[in-house]
Amino acid sequence: MNPVSTALRAVAANWDRMIDGFHRKPLPVRIAVMVVIALFFYALPLLRPPIITTNSIDFGGVMFGVVAFALVALGLNIVIGYAGLLDLGYVGFYAVGAYTTGVLTAYHGAWPFFLVLPISIAVTMVFGVVLGAPTLRVRGDYLAIVTLGFGEIIRICLVNVEWLGAAAGIKDIPHPPSIGPNPEGPFAGKKGLFDIPRVQWDGIVPSLDWDHATHFLTFGAGDAIPYYWLLLSVVLLVIAADRLVKASRVGRAWEATREDEDAAELMGVPTFQYKLMAFALGAAIGGMSGAFKASGQGGYINPQTFPLLLSMLFVAAVIVGGAGNRWGAVAGGALVAYLPERFRDINDYRLLLFGLALTVLAIWRPEGLLPPRRTRRVKAAEAEIEAIEEGELEEGAHA
Amino acid sequence: MPDTTTDATADTVTATKALLEVDHVTLKFGGLTALDDVSFEIREGEILGLIGPNGAGKTTCFNVMTGVYRPTSGQVRFDGTPLTKMKRYKITKLGIARTFQNIRLFKSMTVIENVLVGADAHSKVGFWDALLRTPRYRRTEGEARARAAELLELVGIKARHDELASNLSYGDQRRLEIARAMATGPKLLCLDEPAAGFNPAEKVKLMELIRKVRDAGYTVLLIEHDMRLVMGVTDRIVVLEFGQKIAEGTPAEIRDNPAVIAAYLGVDEDAS
Amino acid sequence: MHFDVLFNNLPAFTVGGLVFGAIYALIALGYTMVYGVLQLINFAHSEVFMYGTFAVAWVFVLLHGTDSVSWSLGRAIPLLLVALVAAMAMSAGIALLLERVAYRPLMKKNAPKLIALISAIGASFALSEAMGLRDRFAGWFGLEDNLSDYVAKARDVYSNPVTIQPHDLFSVGNYSVTDVDLVVIGAALLMMVALDTFVRRTRFGRGIRAVAQDPESAALMGVNSTRVVQVTFLVGGLMAGAAATLYMLKIGSTRQNAGFLLGVKAFTAAVLGGIGNLRGALLGGLVLGVAESYGSAVFGSQWKDVVSFVLLVLILLVRPSGLLGEALGKARA
Repeated sequence: MNPVSTALRAVAANWDRMIDGFHRKPLPVRIAVMVVIALFFYALPLLRPPIITTNSIDFGGVMFGVVAFALVALGLNIVIGYAGLLDLGYVGFYAVGAYTTGVLTAYHGAWPFFLVLPISIAVTMVFGVVLGAPTLRVRGDYLAIVTLGFGEIIRICLVNVEWLGAAAGIKDIPHPPSIGPNPEGPFAGKKGLFDIPRVQWDGIVPSLDWDHATHFLTFGAGDAIPYYWLLLSVVLLVIAADRLVKASRVGRAWEATREDEDAAELMGVPTFQYKLMAFALGAAIGGMSGAFKASGQGGYINPQTFPLLLSMLFVAAVIVGGAGNRWGAVAGGALVAYLPERFRDINDYRLLLFGLALTVLAIWRPEGLLPPRRTRRVKAAEAEIEAIEEGELEEGAHA
Repeated sequence: MPDTTTDATADTVTATKALLEVDHVTLKFGGLTALDDVSFEIREGEILGLIGPNGAGKTTCFNVMTGVYRPTSGQVRFDGTPLTKMKRYKITKLGIARTFQNIRLFKSMTVIENVLVGADAHSKVGFWDALLRTPRYRRTEGEARARAAELLELVGIKARHDELASNLSYGDQRRLEIARAMATGPKLLCLDEPAAGFNPAEKVKLMELIRKVRDAGYTVLLIEHDMRLVMGVTDRIVVLEFGQKIAEGTPAEIRDNPAVIAAYLGVDEDAS
Repeated sequence: MHFDVLFNNLPAFTVGGLVFGAIYALIALGYTMVYGVLQLINFAHSEVFMYGTFAVAWVFVLLHGTDSVSWSLGRAIPLLLVALVAAMAMSAGIALLLERVAYRPLMKKNAPKLIALISAIGASFALSEAMGLRDRFAGWFGLEDNLSDYVAKARDVYSNPVTIQPHDLFSVGNYSVTDVDLVVIGAALLMMVALDTFVRRTRFGRGIRAVAQDPESAALMGVNSTRVVQVTFLVGGLMAGAAATLYMLKIGSTRQNAGFLLGVKAFTAAVLGGIGNLRGALLGGLVLGVAESYGSAVFGSQWKDVVSFVLLVLILLVRPSGLLGEALGKARA
């Protein structure tokens, strides 16, 4: 074993130990820690801590992209991580959600965002059911290619259907309604209910920057931070819902189906229905993420926003984080969205490095950065058995 | 071979009604006839043994009963309801549960979760119940957990309820399979070679467990290789050979049946 | 809908479809063999093909120069043969590299299939990007000027300087079949027959089939499964190299991201025919090529890809294991 892999192993072990330690803490402590972490993330784009802040591009915008990815990863985690269905066309659902919002709020209608949001989710869900009902009956491996095809079909339709704006896409999608008066320009005057300054760093010396204050709560073209807050809140809600559903009969049925579909069916689990439910729920969350993306800061979507490549990134996010663990999915989504933005300085090489990182990670830590705790328990048990077997072999050799 | 279910013990059992009827079932895979016009019934409250040499069609027969295979002709009826074309999970809901010859637990789930999956078979809890934690959810979940704990106690692995299923010993995995099947609330419990790989002491314990299960009100179908186990625990036995039923009767009758002896002698070394 | 367009030019669309179908089929072999043996989708196989297309163009640049000329097929044949060897070597090399770097460490750990797919996706990104950044790599060694014919404008379309002018041979209906059409289809069929014979008749072929059927028993019977997997990747790479040559013969230009869509199509073809089944890959490729060609005639070429994916879904619904079934392990593969 070479020193590098030994060191990596040590890092991984410490990391796992830290997570386990957290889980052993009493509930109030855990809740307090979670609240502090959540608050930190709300404040992050204002705190602009050195090193992690992206300097060449708007940090708030990057953070919006990060939470949007995290939300998508949460949805895809239900499909891949819980139900074990490989969906390579998830970007299709993302696009359906975004376009439903674009069409209804701007292109063919002028409905308010918060009315269109549930409609977008419902429409995406219908797409999920329509795609899933025939394909979830075929073997799991084929689902990958069928969904890949679906993602591509959606993109081609977007490019070619005039009614959906064709290649030019949809512009001027309205933002979610602001609270307080609207601003005229970016950072112009005191708008919204009140202003929150950002932190400026001179080396390690922080100071408040009132010139670039965020208006609470104004969804305009100049500042991405309010969108980030909105979407972060949605992510937290989805995490809570995910937790409730996963720890119930529904979650068990998914897991049993993933582990052994025939056995699950014979234990009374209507496996097809549950797979379809996972698929539709995953689609709905993807659609929701798309709706927020469409009405985001730019208010602009076109077919190029939804390349098939994005599907690969989504899957990568879930697996990198650790399929089956919602926190892993969130972390994976965040990393996959964040790292390429942070390292824009080496812009040209970032996809190359990303690809290499994926491969290295898959080989070094196949269970992902934050695997479900039980995966680690299985691993630990396997290692133990292996050690015992090796010991026995050696003893046998000595005897 | 004529049926020989006419002695005293059998008569008392006949008094109870048939729970599962296998009615002239034939199953063909391409040109191969796996089951040839097999008929027998399982009566309420009994332990029925299904035996036969390797490749006799025991597991196939079992799979037809639990809906894994559809019979080419003939019918399987449970409680009078034909099982033809019924979805597998519905058959389970109707009251047939099974274990697997080659253990098929949900390996990455804990012991109790495995049993809970079984217990969920009759649950009406859906997505919204789970999301909103409705009273129905709380009630069902509570009942399921209590039931699961009870069953783990019964099969004797309660202490290990939080282990991962894959970390259990081989014997405990078999016990867990029985608990998981029982959790579905079956009227008929089908055990597919539950003693495979057990040592004699474990087999004795298993026999006790099977009796306990029957005494708890379940009807049991036992597929088994081990003659001593089958003879010791069953009320009646059906013998298959080459996909055909060659005998049916009490253990004593089967032991003396020349056709059964012929089928086993020199044919199967497991028939000890 | 323009059914009249299709019916009036049926031979043209059929031959055009068969030409692309033959190329799909050759690439599909790589997917189908790896899937048959390892049950995993070698997502990076598209890059194996893409590297082959560059090898072809480079051979022409090296041996002919960068002057744009138009040659007949006959005149180009010597260079094409050199290019074929180079492309097969290049693709096979990339395939073996993939096996060594992205798969073998995972197979050793017995990692889940999903992880292997991620590793493959990562490798696919890296390979495609590495090709798109070849000017930078040359720059690291100060070679960008010496190699500018090969690496300049690395992210743009890279064309074979020699355009091969097809010549009409004979007419089918109102379409004249060209020598290029025939060479592409004929060469693809020849490769398929050779591979089929290899898998059915040789010791390695038996090993591949044995591992596909039951890796554990195969290992117990003394089959070196690592070796078998290597050979599988090698053969898939060789076929992709051949496909790359035919593709360059037909299309004449390539790009660092040219592999992706072709790879998806080829995988579709493999599934269509029955994944793991070599003859299925051929049939799937041809059916897909023709269906796409007809579809683009009827609905317009922008809907070409939609037609092929809808076809895939329909076939999977009717025949979930593909047209010919999944059968690398079976004797008839």
